[in-house]
Amino acid sequence: MTRLIARAAALAVAAFVVLGPLASLAVWSLAERWTAPSPWPQRFGLKYWNRMLTADFLEPLRLGVVIALVVTAAALVLAIPLGYALARLPFPGRALVLLAFLMPQAFPQLPVFASATREFYRWGLAGTVTGVVLVHLVGALVFAVWTMAAVFRALAPELEEAAWNLGASTTRTFVSIALPLATPGVVASAVLVFLYSLDEFTGTLLVGAPFVTTLPVYMYTASQGYELQIASVTALVLMLPGAVLLLALERFLKSEYLVFFGQL
Amino acid sequence: MRGVAPIHVAAAVKRYGAVAALRGVSLDFPAGRLTAVLGPSGCGKTTLLRAIAGFLRLDEGRVRFGDDDVTALPPQQRGTAMVFQSYALWPHMTVFDNVAYGLRLKRVPKPEIAKRVGAALALVEIGDIDAVARRKPAALSGGQQQRVALARALVVEPRVLLLDEPLSNLDAKVRQRLRVEIRRLQRRVGITTVYVTHDQEEALAIADRVVLMSAGRVVQAGTPQEVYLAPATEFAADFLGVGTRLEARAEPGVLVLDETRQRLPYAGAERGPVVVVLRASDVALGGAGATLGGDLEESLFLGDRWRHYVRIGGAMLIVDGDAPRAAGPVRVSVSAARLRVYPRQGGSSC
Repeated sequence: MTRLIARAAALAVAAFVVLGPLASLAVWSLAERWTAPSPWPQRFGLKYWNRMLTADFLEPLRLGVVIALVVTAAALVLAIPLGYALARLPFPGRALVLLAFLMPQAFPQLPVFASATREFYRWGLAGTVTGVVLVHLVGALVFAVWTMAAVFRALAPELEEAAWNLGASTTRTFVSIALPLATPGVVASAVLVFLYSLDEFTGTLLVGAPFVTTLPVYMYTASQGYELQIASVTALVLMLPGAVLLLALERFLKSEYLVFFGQL
Repeated sequence: MRGVAPIHVAAAVKRYGAVAALRGVSLDFPAGRLTAVLGPSGCGKTTLLRAIAGFLRLDEGRVRFGDDDVTALPPQQRGTAMVFQSYALWPHMTVFDNVAYGLRLKRVPKPEIAKRVGAALALVEIGDIDAVARRKPAALSGGQQQRVALARALVVEPRVLLLDEPLSNLDAKVRQRLRVEIRRLQRRVGITTVYVTHDQEEALAIADRVVLMSAGRVVQAGTPQEVYLAPATEFAADFLGVGTRLEARAEPGVLVLDETRQRLPYAGAERGPVVVVLRASDVALGGAGATLGGDLEESLFLGDRWRHYVRIGGAMLIVDGDAPRAAGPVRVSVSAARLRVYPRQGGSSC
């Protein structure tokens, strides 16, 4: 009996910690009028959710998704061959290459992006979508290259040797054997990169401002203008793809990849 | 079908850093025959097989198939077919697609592919061909996966068939059966075959010729009977069969055991410090003639025979017999004709 109570209490605490902030967001997103002394909004309504259907909101959403798709495609095109090379070829400096990709993550984000922005101004990339895509790629490639290298290392080399042995060229072997077998890893990698790009804020704000506005930037601007309702709606919408895709990802991410993850 | 070619390996050397995996291996694998390469793990046998397949480049030496020098050719152009220890079947393809892969690479017309895949699966006696062909490899038993791997290798009609410990992942019963089938299959298709194994019984049973390797070198090559009955070195004698090594001193007409000073009559030509290898089947408890004294410590029942462990000084002599025996002092008779005596060296196995 006491154990049951203890478990119920633990669950309640966990639920509060996880769901509390979410509930607060949900309440805020529905509050049409909520002035200071009141513990509860005076008037509820869907006014701000309806604002979702206006260009104010849909344009940043569309732009953010387009940027995320471009970043995902570019990251995969670069990371699949690079990850394969890192996994299979025993070239010297393998560890250095992997570390080089980790470097931007090793330092605080703000100075890294700030100095990137300064460079981008010189090349005329500041305030452009291209600039935002590039700054997202810096972070995205870490996930993508490390995941792909781990995925390809988890493939038994004999599977490819068996194809060479029967006369398949290296390219054909890669396309017909290694790549299909790495598909779960490619999907996992794509999901991680897509979500990273969709939610990326610091770099987007520094490089993209004032012309490129994605949802996280929009949310930030809204909350700065004390439109907490707009910020809440945006936050809830931004959470959705993450929750859905990560649940789907669980099926694809095999534990054996993790064995090789981060091995230099 | 291309002509059946012998394989010649000449002075093959392969080093990994400071370690030499092959230290000058010269071997001929006769055309159309099955040659077993036998040795403990790490002796270089798999390295040799991978060098023949072209998966690794030799530091020195040549590989020829008949008159073709293939040393510089990549694996794609060698026309070998390999069966891997792990089978290396492609899990994302059906059995049919696995077997058809090599034929599609050669742009064989579709109807012929279907015919040849069916014939190859029939050759390896897979059972219900149509049902199996549609399945993924993971849905098959280990023995069936092994048959599919064989079919995938044979369907391309290779010049050379390479088998890397093909039965080591199977349980004993299936292994025994597949061993016989591989033997029969190889006789039927008549492809020059190299069969790498660490299992001496398997090698002796299956092969036309046995090559015994140790520490990157060939110790002995010959028919299974030659290698088993007349081992060329102490390593060969010790590795093949179940036996015991005893250190002794060879003097004219007599061997004196180092530890216990017991004496055995000896007619051979060795002199000085030697190693005597006594196989369990060549010695017996009791009996007349030349004997050694020792203490019987343990008798184990192996089903078809009893295996006795007799302590002689610091060594444990293994003696096979038909009946159990109480522990205690015993005499072990040694047949003079079966005495295998080798000069003692500092040499080691691998």
